[in-house]
Amino acid sequence: MLTRPDDGKLTFTYDGRAVRARTGDSIAAALLAAGIQVTRATPVSGASRGPYCMMGACFECLAVVDGRPSVQTCMTEVRDGMRVERQDGARGLAVGA
Amino acid sequence: MSYDVAVIGGGMVGTAIAYGCATRGARTVLLDQGDLSLRAARANAGLIYSQGKGEGLPAYAAWTRRSIDLWPDFAAMMEAASGRSIGFRQRGVIAYCLGHAELETRRALLHRMHNQSGGPAAPVHVIDRRELEAMLPDATLGPRVVGATYSPRDCDVNALPLLRALYAGFLQAEGVHLPECTVGRIAPVGTGFAITSDRDTVHAGKVVVACGLGIPALAPGVGLRAPVRPVRGQMIVTERLTPFLPIPGSGVRQIHEGVVQIGTTTEEGLTTPATTVGDLARMAARAVKVIPALAQARLVRSWAGIRPMTPDGCPIYQQSPEHPGAFVAVCHSGVTLCAAHTGPLAEAILAGTLPADVSDLHPDRFDAHAT
Repeated sequence: MLTRPDDGKLTFTYDGRAVRARTGDSIAAALLAAGIQVTRATPVSGASRGPYCMMGACFECLAVVDGRPSVQTCMTEVRDGMRVERQDGARGLAVGA
Repeated sequence: MSYDVAVIGGGMVGTAIAYGCATRGARTVLLDQGDLSLRAARANAGLIYSQGKGEGLPAYAAWTRRSIDLWPDFAAMMEAASGRSIGFRQRGVIAYCLGHAELETRRALLHRMHNQSGGPAAPVHVIDRRELEAMLPDATLGPRVVGATYSPRDCDVNALPLLRALYAGFLQAEGVHLPECTVGRIAPVGTGFAITSDRDTVHAGKVVVACGLGIPALAPGVGLRAPVRPVRGQMIVTERLTPFLPIPGSGVRQIHEGVVQIGTTTEEGLTTPATTVGDLARMAARAVKVIPALAQARLVRSWAGIRPMTPDGCPIYQQSPEHPGAFVAVCHSGVTLCAAHTGPLAEAILAGTLPADVSDLHPDRFDAHAT
């Protein structure tokens, strides 16, 4: 578990739980700093996945952000009041949209 | 070290032949380069595909048919060898048509194949939009999709786990894999061959030159020839999506794990495996015209690969007239023909010949004037 001298002034939720973040944090960085390592389950085996490369390459850290699925949390900056949810299984497309 | 067979080239074609020789009891060595070599399998869309194959060359249609016939049993052997799925499915393949002109072009191709000696490699039908919708109940087609051609016996597979399974089966059959070596010379020695690489010299009774675009540099030394040129193919994959395309398509295919694969291009004369935004955008735009909901899908990766292409697009197989025991094999459809390469081709090479099926796929055909 990481500790931060200043855990920031922003607040977002992860599956309803309040998480603090500093301005400029990616969602993935703030989650890791709060001890949250899992953001989704892979649709292939159901195993847990979470932030890994932290630079947009591995696509392991996907989560649902403000209702939008498959967001790369390591590439998305935290905004105050953001709602982040664990993503389980594959995303469906809105057929006909 | 002395072997019965040396195969030069550890890609889809060479590894299939090496696997076929080793599993038939031949002491086989596979000389391979490294991860930086071109690896045509990287740009293979993973279809086991018959449509249009062998137009003007019925032997190619027949050879494709033979491989498709062998594929289901071969896929089971590959999954047993590697202990994991290679994503093989025999659900047919759809070639989508946007607009009536495309449909008529496809219909004319089917008609020509139907009238050719031996017919098409596998059954293929023109289907209308309504039939297509019934086959894809979870997808909404774009307004310009007027129909498709559908070949129900065709299959798809994941090319990379397939290549991995071939390696696993080759090693289980006590084949010897020599990676990170570049062959510089093949020399006839006695009744066999000495193959010299930057790593070592190996001796073998037979040698199969199956190194794709590396063939022209090596083959003439032992009286073989296979004119090949590079063709670049670009690919896109999306994030994993809930399964909604149960039947693979040419250009748009949802693999069993949920990813949608889009591509590929056929670009001449390029040897750099780089992507270009314009080509990727055109491929993606066509996929969205077929399935508009794909516009919401996130693209995860794009890449390019370099594949060998022969002058008529058909495979080339030859045994050297001056140095019997030296063979060359090259094709653009290493996945479709994989089952035939591991089976009848490897068996014939061990017997010191080529299958009768491929006698018309000899490079001498490039000397004759087309009539």
